[in-house]
Amino acid sequence: MKRFAALFTALDQTTKTTAKVTALAEYFTDAPKPDRLWTIALLSGRRPKRTVTTTALREWAAERAGIPLWLFEESYPIVGDLAETIALVLPPPSATSDRSLTDWIGDIRALATADEPARKAAILAAWDALPTSERFVFNKLITGGFRMGVSRKLMTRALAKATGVDEPALAHRLMGDWTPDSTTFDDLIHTPDPTANLSRPYPFYLAYQLDDGPDVLGDPADWAAEFKWDGIRGQLIRRGGAHHLWSRGEDLMTDRFPELAAALDFLPDGTVLDGEVLAWTDNAPLPFAALQKRIGRKTVPKKLLAEAPVILQAYDLLEDGGTDIRERPFAHRRARLEALLAGIPQNAPFRASPLLPFDTWDALAETRATARAEGAEGVMLKRRDAPYRDGRKKGDWWKWKLDPLVIDAVMIYAQSGHGRRANLFTDFTFAVWSGNDLVPFTKAYSGLTDAEFREITAWVRKNTLERFGPVRRVTPEHVFEIAFEGIQASTRHKSGIALRFPRMSRWRHDKPVQEANTLSDLQAMLETYG
Amino acid sequence: MAIPVLTHTDRGLYCPAGDFHIDPWRPVDRALITHGHADHARPGHGAYLATHTALPVMRHRLGDITADGISFGETRRIGDATVSFHPAGHVPGSAQIRVEVAGEVWVVSGDYKTDRDALSEPFEPVSCHSFITECTFGLPVFKWPDPSHVAEEINAWWRTNAADGRIAVLGAYSLGKAQRLLAAVDAEIGPILTHGAVEATNRVMRGQGIPLPDTIPVTPDTNPKDHPGALVLAPPSALGTPWMRRFGPVSTGFASGWMGLRGVRRRRAADRGFVMSDHADWDGLNSAIRETGASRVFVTHGYTAIFRRWLEEQGYDAHVLETEFEGETLDAGEEDA
Repeated sequence: MKRFAALFTALDQTTKTTAKVTALAEYFTDAPKPDRLWTIALLSGRRPKRTVTTTALREWAAERAGIPLWLFEESYPIVGDLAETIALVLPPPSATSDRSLTDWIGDIRALATADEPARKAAILAAWDALPTSERFVFNKLITGGFRMGVSRKLMTRALAKATGVDEPALAHRLMGDWTPDSTTFDDLIHTPDPTANLSRPYPFYLAYQLDDGPDVLGDPADWAAEFKWDGIRGQLIRRGGAHHLWSRGEDLMTDRFPELAAALDFLPDGTVLDGEVLAWTDNAPLPFAALQKRIGRKTVPKKLLAEAPVILQAYDLLEDGGTDIRERPFAHRRARLEALLAGIPQNAPFRASPLLPFDTWDALAETRATARAEGAEGVMLKRRDAPYRDGRKKGDWWKWKLDPLVIDAVMIYAQSGHGRRANLFTDFTFAVWSGNDLVPFTKAYSGLTDAEFREITAWVRKNTLERFGPVRRVTPEHVFEIAFEGIQASTRHKSGIALRFPRMSRWRHDKPVQEANTLSDLQAMLETYG
Repeated sequence: MAIPVLTHTDRGLYCPAGDFHIDPWRPVDRALITHGHADHARPGHGAYLATHTALPVMRHRLGDITADGISFGETRRIGDATVSFHPAGHVPGSAQIRVEVAGEVWVVSGDYKTDRDALSEPFEPVSCHSFITECTFGLPVFKWPDPSHVAEEINAWWRTNAADGRIAVLGAYSLGKAQRLLAAVDAEIGPILTHGAVEATNRVMRGQGIPLPDTIPVTPDTNPKDHPGALVLAPPSALGTPWMRRFGPVSTGFASGWMGLRGVRRRRAADRGFVMSDHADWDGLNSAIRETGASRVFVTHGYTAIFRRWLEEQGYDAHVLETEFEGETLDAGEEDA
């Protein structure tokens, strides 16, 4: 664990990408191989199942530290991280340990079958054998949420540096449903056999935001356009007589969307589609809120299946007849996609995302302006001669989103953030006027600069009217412009509406609180855009 | 008990028996000052009393003041009160102030730390009935590592930067922390450059015979190429300002008790955080309070509500005293603590 904790500390101590890659590459060269494999797993979100509850951890830590539980609970929000709070309050260890990362993970997983006293004894013994930094890492392994400031791309780069395998090949090998139990470091990294795992997806290609309009992209004839759909990005794999649906976050979603099992009937073996999962009825997408109801369900009740059936609106073909065609130009892949989907029945849950015809950028801008009415967020632009790349490589795919909707709202509640943002008030509740009352309608967490967060934090401290646990009611004085992507009716919210992607786009220092928007303004927006 | 030894007024802590204030935050006739930091030693008082060691910095900062010096342990009669100053270990010359009236003893801690450093007179517990204590770091998550280990970390960081041809810039309060660091780092590694605010305090302290390693003040003409492998000491407010540009690519560090929290460390966006405070940690606060033998404790700045409740559960008659002291602040731009 020392080696892993040292890696963690090294990554934590720098914000520079090159230093992070160097530290990781060294680790991937000299750490024990099972530890390397587990590190890849952790950095790609494959953490061990939680075997001890956080409630138990808090109680044991307070008891071991000789402090009352309330004092532990008061300290936690100030630190902003449970694993760290525990590591800090405990007395210094009385023993030492040379056990490896893999050993400790094995211990933690073994607790799944232990009874409560055995769990407690094991955790206390571990705490007593590890210095603070290793203790923190150990607690993180138990509680999850392992964020080390290392993106998958950065990890892949470091791994490429350490192993000599090139990055795109590695990115592909690291996809899919492997676990440290099902493979070894050498098999995962050095076995170039794609059939080793029939369910393995390709790395997703991600688009960049086009901020200043498409004029910079050159000749419109070089580009294909389609609407930017507001669903879930998904990759559908049809291989070896089975199908798999992967999310961009590499969650396997196959069982959540049983409609797509129709792939077995309508798509030939050796097909991989990239597209958008959308709730869809009457030849049109339903709002994201309808799809959201589906996301949380592992098994879908019949009623919901009828209310919010899904389709895959495909926009790319990555594997054709068992051949990886990602290197072929978009125009070719698109033609093959259309040919593939042309023959299947209208009611099958697979459609090609329509291409939008345009001759000039102005013409496309006009089409883009209709996106909201089409249930889309804007348009996508794809270079016709570009291969399907992996990750976020700038230049070939652009998203040109509609300007967000905005409303001016009054801040009424504030709550402090977590982790890096502990000690700062960053989570706010906003309200609009309804007569003389302020009706809360959304929360927002992002959009301000660090300096603005510091300023509002100082203000909140001085202007708290009431506290409810971590939440403070503040003097209604500050108006913020809230930007959002969509608006829906909602029975779960007091205001009767729910926003999509709300964030603070501007601090309206210029606007007196009386001039904030009203609930009827919101209702009018719901009428127009809902 | 008739009139308490000290009372709380809008100008600060007041002793009716001696007609004086301690670390007042509004102008008063007679002020007893625990130490020279700006939130404790404010301008505008009629007469000041502080330790001989603390006075030079106060005179430097406050200009022409009417001030009297006192030695540690020396007793002085003011009206019906007997006062004496005792080492607080916070910065050189910093004191706790003991006030006795008719056999009743109160002690005002000012800011203090129980860890030793090379320059400050070590903290001495003083027996009393009532103890007025700071609690800047009054939470069980604050436990300072051994200062010698932290000094080693800083030296290792400096050495690595020197080897890589990068200047290391360390942010530290210009009174106290900066000099403590000067005395703790290994001056053999390279030259030490100082920001004007730090150097001004250095000059005063050297003048009163406090031994500090040689430093080179940074001026508009300073060329970093003339000082390869240098360590630059600057107040936290200078980090990330145009003043830094002259040094080219640098590694930045910040020394503070707050650096014990990962979230704060990351938010400060310094490359390295070193856990070093001039305030007592959780164990330090608890042992200091215990050793006074006081039955009544007033907590001033820091996590007061939480710490008061903890003390009450430990059997103390514990109260919160609202003051305008600031402790060790989290924000850049705040100079003193």
